[in-house]
Amino acid sequence: MSYHEAPTIAASDAPRLDQDDRPTLRFVTCGSVDDGKSTLVGRLLYDSKTLLDDQLDALACESKTVGTTGGDLDFALLVDGLQAEREQGITIDVAYRFFATKLRRFIVADTPGHAQYTRNMATGASNAELAVVLVDARKGVITQTRRHSHILSLLGIRHVVLAVNKMDLIGFDGDRFAAITAEYLIMAGQLGISQVQCIPVVAPDGDNIVAASARMPWYTGPTVTAYLESVDVSGDVSQHPFRLPVQWVNRPNAEFRGFCGRIASGTIATGETVAVQPSGRQTHVARILTPGGERDRAAAGESVTLTLVDEIDVSRGDVLTAGAAPQVSDQLAAHLVWFDDEAMVAGRRYVLKCGAASTGAVIMTLKHRIAIDTMAQEGAETLDANQIGYAHLNLDGPLVFEAYRDNRDMGSFILVDPISHCTAAAGMIDLSLRRATNIHWQRLAIDKSVRARLKQQRPCVLWFTGLSGAGKSTIADLVDRRLAELGRHAALLDGDNLRHGINRDLGFSSADRAENVRRAAEIAALFVDAGMIALVALISPFRCERELARQRVQAGEFIEIHVATPLAECERRDPKGLYRKARAGEIPAFTGIDHPYEAPQAPEITIDSSELSTDAACERIMRYLRDNHYL
Amino acid sequence: MTGQIASVVEVSPVRNAPEETPAHRSAASHLRRLEAESIHILRETAAEFRKPVMLYSIGKDSSVLLHLAMKAFHPGRPPFPLLHVDTTWKFREMIAFRDRRARELGINLIVHTNNDGLREGIDPFTHGSARYTDVMKTQALRQALDFHGFDAAIGGARRDEEKSRAKERVFSHRSAAHRWDPKNQRPELWSLYNTMLAPGESMRVFPLSNWTELDVWDYILLEDIPIVPLYLAASRPVVERDGALIMVDDERMPLLAGEQPQWRSVRFRTLGCYPLSGATISTAATLPEIVREMTASRTSERQGRMIDRDSPASMERKKAEGYF
Repeated sequence: MSYHEAPTIAASDAPRLDQDDRPTLRFVTCGSVDDGKSTLVGRLLYDSKTLLDDQLDALACESKTVGTTGGDLDFALLVDGLQAEREQGITIDVAYRFFATKLRRFIVADTPGHAQYTRNMATGASNAELAVVLVDARKGVITQTRRHSHILSLLGIRHVVLAVNKMDLIGFDGDRFAAITAEYLIMAGQLGISQVQCIPVVAPDGDNIVAASARMPWYTGPTVTAYLESVDVSGDVSQHPFRLPVQWVNRPNAEFRGFCGRIASGTIATGETVAVQPSGRQTHVARILTPGGERDRAAAGESVTLTLVDEIDVSRGDVLTAGAAPQVSDQLAAHLVWFDDEAMVAGRRYVLKCGAASTGAVIMTLKHRIAIDTMAQEGAETLDANQIGYAHLNLDGPLVFEAYRDNRDMGSFILVDPISHCTAAAGMIDLSLRRATNIHWQRLAIDKSVRARLKQQRPCVLWFTGLSGAGKSTIADLVDRRLAELGRHAALLDGDNLRHGINRDLGFSSADRAENVRRAAEIAALFVDAGMIALVALISPFRCERELARQRVQAGEFIEIHVATPLAECERRDPKGLYRKARAGEIPAFTGIDHPYEAPQAPEITIDSSELSTDAACERIMRYLRDNHYL
Repeated sequence: MTGQIASVVEVSPVRNAPEETPAHRSAASHLRRLEAESIHILRETAAEFRKPVMLYSIGKDSSVLLHLAMKAFHPGRPPFPLLHVDTTWKFREMIAFRDRRARELGINLIVHTNNDGLREGIDPFTHGSARYTDVMKTQALRQALDFHGFDAAIGGARRDEEKSRAKERVFSHRSAAHRWDPKNQRPELWSLYNTMLAPGESMRVFPLSNWTELDVWDYILLEDIPIVPLYLAASRPVVERDGALIMVDDERMPLLAGEQPQWRSVRFRTLGCYPLSGATISTAATLPEIVREMTASRTSERQGRMIDRDSPASMERKKAEGYF
């Protein structure tokens, strides 16, 4: 191999990819395993002359060593990038490819076909304007075709190319093609996919990819490339009302306060009235800074920085709006595509991200699940990975949004599992269940700092976490008495006692345990608002739950105390005889035995009561409170 | 210094204004759409992470990345420092350019070298590109990220560069040991990014994911972004070795028997360590000429990189181990 001599300023047949205004079409390919998606995309790259000499050399070499085409060029190798995929001969993740023709640029997301990776197909579809759905001519429309088409319709894709591949293996049978087409069109109609173009192809040979196939003269429609170059997918979001989710507040100095974000829809001009949502306060746009300098006007898709005439409180997650008011609610109904291997649990908390906003969210009820073969709605309690359903969600605070069908950026969200940090689901908002627009928090004249000054203490939560029998309640009780002796005002919330009162309606299911902790956190936060020191003694085994409790109060107001007595010692003490019952199988899902305890990673205080006496433990906590000026 | 920063951001568009056609100003324009997306990603990174850093390799992609960061936070400065992992084998012109740009922009630049590797005398000639890259780049980067406690590292990688990159996320998760698990990537839908991390974990962020090599050059041309002169053709001393043209940048390069540096008109499509960067014969000495040459080119930019040739899946393996 010799070094490459770059041609100098030579004329070329290759399309020019510079600053012209050829539009970009983003599309996604989907279909079942072995339908030939990767081969089709590889063929599009090959025929568009996007491939370069060294890439072609590598392809020829790899086709011989790992190819599945008997030494002929194996186009699938161009896109099946990861080593594991090449070894297994399947696509396991979404790959993005770029190519261009004389008329358009294309970004294609090549997505996997087998069931367990459906989440990647939804990922590829979320930013696509069109989908190429492949079917194997021998098999026709199968379950996966239905599943993918349903996801495409949920994600708002209205344009589909149905590529009926491997026509050579059915003898280029036009009647069979017509039958597959008819079956797909009926399904697409049910799903609201309005524009379908069906094309018979042989991807490895290039039939009807760029050039019309001489082997199928009965087909007179466009080739795949010709259709992709000409299809009109425009749906102009700049005509919608102005929405700017605020990503970042830019305060380089005292004079400048700018609100940064990418405009989700509509246009804005200097001097125009904008409202800050969810507070609803109004002001006018002073300046518009864009990457190209200061301007009078900006439109959807641009990343801008706005300054406002009045000094209004705006933070990340707020939305600047003009024109018709957006929806603001803390209860909504949405379609969910479940991604996580861990199934959906009603009543569990997730973190919901929508635009630049993040909030805690609980799935209250699953209204129905979609039976993928029939597309019928069926009753269900939960969603497993790759299942689709419709659910009601309760949010911690008001969210500013639009229905997904009206505005993709303002109506889409993800749910993140706060323990594993996996992206658990993708959501498309259907409607608001309650108008929270008019619910504004009571502005209280006397705030907690006034109350705290009255009591000469800094309010805080002392959150004791640890295994059953670790000594949480005993230590918390002694701290409570010491504080009383010093004339300080505290309240002790003990897990067992709470279950006799405010939490007596709760059992020991995962959802009820989570709710038990949530209520304790809310009550503790109310005590802090009242200027008091709240002591909470609760096993609270999950990091995320304690993290949410921490977030309910302000920074510095939450002191996590890990009572880290070893399990063996707790079990030896067994003050309530619970370990014995758990070992005997009488108590299922007992923390430490057959249910996990997630130790804090950075607790403010750690105490091992097998090493420290209760008095010494109490003294360590009191010293922490004094050293950090809580007392 | 503040005045200088403002001038860099504001002056360049103004300088270009007379050449701009209405198409270039419209939001739909291809480069403007890429620019808006990248700025959105940079702002998300600043907002969502405790201590982000921008990896600065001094190459053309880094130059574009830095330019975008200046725009994203204008009139403020980017709220993160730059980190350059210096192998001590970079072209001398690159180091001079790096120091000048940091000075001009008033940016906090952190330079890190793997001193263990330096003490052991690891170099690309005697230890081979694979071991050298692992010690002086991959391990060095991990050291720097750990030492400073950065939880997000912004890099200039693009999906069009290489097959395993084509599948990488914009926000790409790394374990506490800096490992990438390609089979367990977080899905990315719409413009929503899952940025949650457990203690010790970190994120690699790639704002240029959807750019192509030609987009980068077009944008450099459009915005008049300073780049290292090595990208432009000039007469330079080179030797031909293993089918590549290697520039003799300093006296550390051992010449083999019969090797005689020859002065030829060459330029570089990618820049890295000089012993591992192959030059191409070219007379394209200006940006417009480079863009024209690029359009006609029949090879990919990584062709000049020695490190990808070790084995077909070498980049994927390096990335799993923590290489950028």
